[in-house]
Amino acid sequence: MLHLILFLFFGAICVAGAVNLLVQSHPINSALSLIAVMASLAAEYLLLGAEFVAAVQVIVYAGAIMVLFLITIMLLNAGKEERSKGSRVATLVGVPGVTIGAVLVAWTLIGRRSTTHSVTIGALWGAPNNIARLLFHDFLLPFEVTSVLILIAIMGAVVLVSRPEAVARGPRKDG
Amino acid sequence: MRFTKINPQTRKSRLTRNAPESRKIKEQRSKGLKIKTTRARAPASHENRLSITAFVIISLVKSVAVVFVLLTAVAYSVWLERKVSAHIQNRWGPTRVGPFGLLQPLADGVKFIFKEDLTEPHVYRPLYIAAPIIALVFAITSISVIPFGNWVDIGPWGTYLQITDLNIGLLVVLGITSMGVYGVALAGWSSNNKYSLLGGLRASAQMISYEVSLGLSLVGVVIMAGSLSLRDIVDAQGGVFWGFIPRWNIFHGQTLAFFIYLISAYAETNRAPFDLPEAESELVAGYHTEYSSMKFAMFFMAEYSNMVTASCVATLLFLGGWHGPIFGPPILQALMPVFWFCLKVFFFMFLYVWVRWTVPRLRYDQLMGFGWKFLLPLAVANIVYTALVVAWRA
Repeated sequence: MLHLILFLFFGAICVAGAVNLLVQSHPINSALSLIAVMASLAAEYLLLGAEFVAAVQVIVYAGAIMVLFLITIMLLNAGKEERSKGSRVATLVGVPGVTIGAVLVAWTLIGRRSTTHSVTIGALWGAPNNIARLLFHDFLLPFEVTSVLILIAIMGAVVLVSRPEAVARGPRKDG
Repeated sequence: MRFTKINPQTRKSRLTRNAPESRKIKEQRSKGLKIKTTRARAPASHENRLSITAFVIISLVKSVAVVFVLLTAVAYSVWLERKVSAHIQNRWGPTRVGPFGLLQPLADGVKFIFKEDLTEPHVYRPLYIAAPIIALVFAITSISVIPFGNWVDIGPWGTYLQITDLNIGLLVVLGITSMGVYGVALAGWSSNNKYSLLGGLRASAQMISYEVSLGLSLVGVVIMAGSLSLRDIVDAQGGVFWGFIPRWNIFHGQTLAFFIYLISAYAETNRAPFDLPEAESELVAGYHTEYSSMKFAMFFMAEYSNMVTASCVATLLFLGGWHGPIFGPPILQALMPVFWFCLKVFFFMFLYVWVRWTVPRLRYDQLMGFGWKFLLPLAVANIVYTALVVAWRA
């Protein structure tokens, strides 16, 4: 009972934050709504018993990535968005499209009801040692390959950002 | 219930180490209940047995007590800071209000409340008001998983001296502390003032940078203990080497990690010599330039509260938490773990003040270079070294 109430509460915050993200015209408010979405998602993970995932969600997404978003918005000093009426095509295609998508998802979920079953708290392998076993034992190679992939992305960003003559000369000395 | 669930495998192995024997202790507490026993672990019969009412009452009492103690500690840290800084500079510090100026925090609090609360017309109001609240809330919340001592039986109920024990306690502390950046960053931005904005940007950049080396410096300790629960980490540090050196992590191969943590924690809490975000010689007062009255006081309290939490984590992870020599009559034996814990935390708070008034402020590029080019590689090297040693022993 308590878990259901908490689930609905954080689910409501999550959806409200997501809607607010789109409605707000100021980038900072949108970024803050996204933080609310991520924090409430972490709470939902916690309710499922996935404690480690919840903590990582807060530390990585809400705590680090969104701070970088916020710094970027502050540095660019982005002002309010200008209101536009929106294109008629978007309204004509978008509203039926979203409706069809929602109906499809709901239909699939209801149709599969017999094969799915509810999960009790703690039934999932959420403890850190279980996740560590998965990452460093069962899926060690994919995990390490992913880190190489991220390294490539970082190197690409460095190359894109630095000026060509600076790359030719090597790292700057004056810092 | 999920709340009281305890992982039996990790717990049992450490049950025997340094567990004070349970004895009858007769002590009338202010509530009129008796503290009966103290032991490292909950008795088996107590696990999963608390009724929901008892759980709520105990949790409420613990939360109120911990927040009260924390806020008092924050107020008296300010007094300590003023007093120690004065003596370092050959002055007296506060002496007029109460004996040794001990009532000065109270006077300061009253003054903060009665000061005019200015709100400049050019600020972005919703975030300007929310920022100090965010800073203070996350600073206080992070104390919730810090354990202060062993299991105690009070009357019919027993509890850990800790608001809640999670098996990811350390990550919770890190997560909540990382959310505290928003208070500072939003304060700087919403003030709509160039000094505030620069202070806020510096603070967030600095806190993110040093959070990396801070987090990595803790990994060595986690590897040694094999758990992320703060209680398990403390229990792993019980006992002594060669009869007199405590098995604290600082003497147990994590000396380097301890100093990395200490330096990163100073940067993380924006304290001197890393107080660039509020460097008064260049930024007026940084992110809280536009704040006055209680809103300013909330930033102030958040800073000191973060210092207390950082000191608690340093104590738990590197100085063995509440482990220390225990002797004397039973009442003393029950209270000594808490005393040792508080003494170690006090030592770190004193160190904070001592360092602030001794070491000059760094330049901003020095600060970033030090964090990324020196501390981070050192922290990674420490992890590799610890992992190799642990793997070799196993």
